[in-house]
Amino acid sequence: MALKRIGAQTVKLSNPPSIISTASIVGPKEGEGPLKDYFDIILEDDMWGQESFEKSEAKIQEEAIKLAISNANLSPNDIEYLFAGDLLNQIITSSYSARQLNIPFFGLYGACSTMTESLSLGAMIIDGQFADKVVCATSSHFSSAERQFRFPLEYGSQRTFSAQWTVTGGGATVLSSTGNGPYITYITTGKIVDLGIVDVNNMGGAMAPAAIDTISQHFKDTGYNPVDYDLIITGDLGLVGKKIILDLLRKEGYDLSENYSDCGIKIFDGVEQDTHAGGSGCGCAAVVFNGYIYKEMMKRNLNRVLLIATGALHSSISTLQGESIPGIAHAVTIDNMIS
Amino acid sequence: MDKMNKKEYQKYVERKVPKPTYFKNILYAFVVGGIICVFGQIIRNFLLKYGLDEKSVAAGTSIVLIFTGAFLTGIGIYDKIGKIGGAGAAIPITGFANSIVSPAMEFKREGFIFGVAARMFSIAGPVLVYGVGSSVIVGILYLILTKGR
Repeated sequence: MALKRIGAQTVKLSNPPSIISTASIVGPKEGEGPLKDYFDIILEDDMWGQESFEKSEAKIQEEAIKLAISNANLSPNDIEYLFAGDLLNQIITSSYSARQLNIPFFGLYGACSTMTESLSLGAMIIDGQFADKVVCATSSHFSSAERQFRFPLEYGSQRTFSAQWTVTGGGATVLSSTGNGPYITYITTGKIVDLGIVDVNNMGGAMAPAAIDTISQHFKDTGYNPVDYDLIITGDLGLVGKKIILDLLRKEGYDLSENYSDCGIKIFDGVEQDTHAGGSGCGCAAVVFNGYIYKEMMKRNLNRVLLIATGALHSSISTLQGESIPGIAHAVTIDNMIS
Repeated sequence: MDKMNKKEYQKYVERKVPKPTYFKNILYAFVVGGIICVFGQIIRNFLLKYGLDEKSVAAGTSIVLIFTGAFLTGIGIYDKIGKIGGAGAAIPITGFANSIVSPAMEFKREGFIFGVAARMFSIAGPVLVYGVGSSVIVGILYLILTKGR
């Protein structure tokens, strides 16, 4: 008997796990953005002394995990599970970072939705009393993503206005069965929604339907309304996705205009930093959540947040074969109080 | 959301995406492409002045332009020219050099055989295949139509 399920896609955690520490590491460009004061480490060089962008990304993720663990005054031996994923083929970043850590490891692929996918699974494992301490982590790197999905860095191409800029950064969250919050209270797991967008330079448009589906389902399942949240924030829908979310959710009867934002819009100054529609990548939701949102919640400037990381689950092969982009969005409620 | 089918949604999204700044792009492409061509003309005049014949001048001009494109790619400038100039920077032979040198640099980490050499033509390859291919077809047509005259 699944006692914790409410509604079609949501679980209500009966022993809400507490976020006891976080860490965020970002590259130089993110470190010049509007959220620069919220990040733990800002790299001066996005290679971070490594021989390749892939190695640099693995180091960013590994160091973010280690930093989050040490911020909680724990050691890797105290952690029972690591949930991590990234964008690179066969999630090599996460496997190479986990190789150094000696923690039982579940590798995830949810593209840019990985932050809330890992938080969902980590929180349910703790609530189910299978573990007391878990780490949830993800990362992305502009240059490793460009070479896998797009063009060489030095190739002189133009980006469209709907294109987004992959965030260089990694974030990690330590969840614990004990602690003083913020707590993860509800989890709404998304379904794949694909309305046939094939343009890989318009991720916001491709992923927005999945986010809309998950957000409206979350409200139906939990009975919450948009006004119950201080902040409703999607992962990386960017400026195009934001317009779609606000417009189509209004048509479904949910007005998010007061408290909605997107991590991809928050992380960069689109005009100054020339990032077109905004940031993207697993690292986008990861560093905005583990940096900005967590710290604002600790300061009690935000008390209840709905984080919906969004993923575009295509590959460079499916794109060449003309397949449309399957979107996904997982929502997690993070609350300073538990009733 | 359920009310909207795929076609309707795709049309809806098209309206939400900011339109490219066509006039600005065309103008910049014209200016950047023009500057590259003027540079080519200067090289040509220079080589002619030093007494090279027509054929050698054509080859020499291409060589200097290709080297310049490759060099500017290597020091990280050509991608910025390409961002401003668009097709104006991509279509001249300097852009062709950029399209070969940039993947060669990018994939050096994967080794000189499967990285540099194998990936070098990942962008320029289609241009070579269809460029050379169509020249062969045109050549055959020319031969047939003129009956070898």
